Amino acid sequence: MSALSDTWYMTGRAFRAFLRQPMYVAFTLIQPMIWLLLFGQLFKSVTELPGFGASNYETYLVPSIVVMSGFFGAGWGGMAILDDLTRGVLDRFLVSPVSRSSLILGRLIVQVLSIVIQAVIILLFGAAVGASYHHLVIGVLVLMVATNLLATAIGALSYGLALLVRREESIIAASNFVLLPLQFMSTGFMALILMPHWMQEVTKYNPVNWTLVAGRGALGASPDWGPIFENIGYLAALMVVCAWMSTRAFRSYQRSM
Amino acid sequence: MTAPTAREAFAIDARDLVKTYKGGVRAVRGVSLAVPAGTVFGLLGPNGAGKSTLVKMLTTLSAPTGGTASVAGYDVVRQQRQVRRAIGCVAQNSGVDVQATGRENLMLQGRVYGLRGAQLDAKVDELLGRFGLGEVGERFVKTYSGGMKRKLDVALGLVHAPQVLFLDEPTTGLDPEARAEMWEQIRELAWDQGLTILLTTHYLEEADQLARNLAIVDQGLVVTEGSPDELKAQLHGDAVSLELPPETDTHAARSVAVDKELLSDVTVDGLMLRGRSADGAAAVPGLLAALEAAGIRVCSVTVARPSLDDVYLRYTGRSFTAAERAADQAAKAAQDKKGEGR
Repeated sequence: MSALSDTWYMTGRAFRAFLRQPMYVAFTLIQPMIWLLLFGQLFKSVTELPGFGASNYETYLVPSIVVMSGFFGAGWGGMAILDDLTRGVLDRFLVSPVSRSSLILGRLIVQVLSIVIQAVIILLFGAAVGASYHHLVIGVLVLMVATNLLATAIGALSYGLALLVRREESIIAASNFVLLPLQFMSTGFMALILMPHWMQEVTKYNPVNWTLVAGRGALGASPDWGPIFENIGYLAALMVVCAWMSTRAFRSYQRSM
Repeated sequence: MTAPTAREAFAIDARDLVKTYKGGVRAVRGVSLAVPAGTVFGLLGPNGAGKSTLVKMLTTLSAPTGGTASVAGYDVVRQQRQVRRAIGCVAQNSGVDVQATGRENLMLQGRVYGLRGAQLDAKVDELLGRFGLGEVGERFVKTYSGGMKRKLDVALGLVHAPQVLFLDEPTTGLDPEARAEMWEQIRELAWDQGLTILLTTHYLEEADQLARNLAIVDQGLVVTEGSPDELKAQLHGDAVSLELPPETDTHAARSVAVDKELLSDVTVDGLMLRGRSADGAAAVPGLLAALEAAGIRVCSVTVARPSLDDVYLRYTGRSFTAAERAADQAAKAAQDKKGEGR
């Protein structure tokens, strides 16, 4: 009971902090649109390559931008925890009887909220520049679920990393080192069949690609539900593992006190 | 205030607390403390003496490597929930949320402790008023001065009306004016409200002013313990200096003081007669009477109490400032080493 109300109040705190950074809000909402326009123009002609499959690149790109914006944002999540940690806010709450999980859950819930808002804006903007979606309700739902599973996993890892290394530079370096390669070694911008063979192998183990297979698949004209749910399953498993690792990091932080 | 019952006579009761960090750093090496309810207890020591580590163990933030402790009657390891409800803690590292307003900080803190509705509003208003933050309550904390932030920190520790309050270096970094205000607040909390307060400080004056009892901590150990006056009395005593008028027979005066055992370590230097007494203020009337009986007048009397710095020097073999400097250097060296390993 108090764990629920604690989570509610911690969510409120994180949400207010989110809204109070107008530049950040603007950035998270505008940047995806810029990506959509930029990549949409840059890679437009790949649809003409034999074997690409899709004929409209915007339709192909929109789910990828939704996923990319979601998990990139999550990768930086550790920065906020680090801020609480260095300012002593985290310790203040740890001395109180507040539910421990609410400290992490509150932030993850705000992350889900921001990803949903971001995704809606990208989907609307995408439609405006020519993307088309089939199975709108179920398709969008699957895309949102998959993206949030991935983002929650990445967010939990980022929090864990922040609690372990306690350095901004490390989080920045780790994010840059991990996030971009994950995005480019997926079917985010390029069809699987046109990738070099070794990279095709890599995509099988790339969670970003699992998310795309599920999300893009569900929005497509004839969804193949088997692989979609299989990949959602992988993502759920990944999230559980990452959440576990994050709680381990939290314990390790407490032990180090 | 109701008098404490025998059972909870000690609001803080620590026995042989030990904290050894990974890598073998022994921050606390066996500390026992007994703090009676309703008193201010001072932990005095230089940076790196283990004060904060001790507070972290007593506030459930850090698990002791050895020993036991109870706070407000609850065991800090086995009854963490109860301890957390009973204590307020103001950490050395300020814990205010700078992205929120002062009022929001207090509201959230109150909710975490289960306060709701009108009761919470009333409590928050009361605290903002008491700490002189009424007018800035709706402002973001990032606009606050250091003193205001620190006051908010203390207010946060009081939202749920705790039985025991931990103040870890509450005035470090404050200007003298803000420090004096904070002292006033702490006195009021302890004397008017009967709160038990454990205060850590590296200001000798602060411990002297505020604490009824104090323990001097050095390198993870309590080196001595008692009321500030007791600690000072354990030294050779107060320095008593008498200025005698010209033409006085200083040897006769000396004989009076020595023969009647009114002073010890008596020396004569020109017209100054100096000696020591366990309680200088109490010794002066008898001394003056004895001198007058011997026909010796006195121009002036000075009684200088030994400072806590003298106490510190006696028990640790180094002056407080030297210890502080050594600790800062060690911390800096550790920081540099860490930097190289990056």
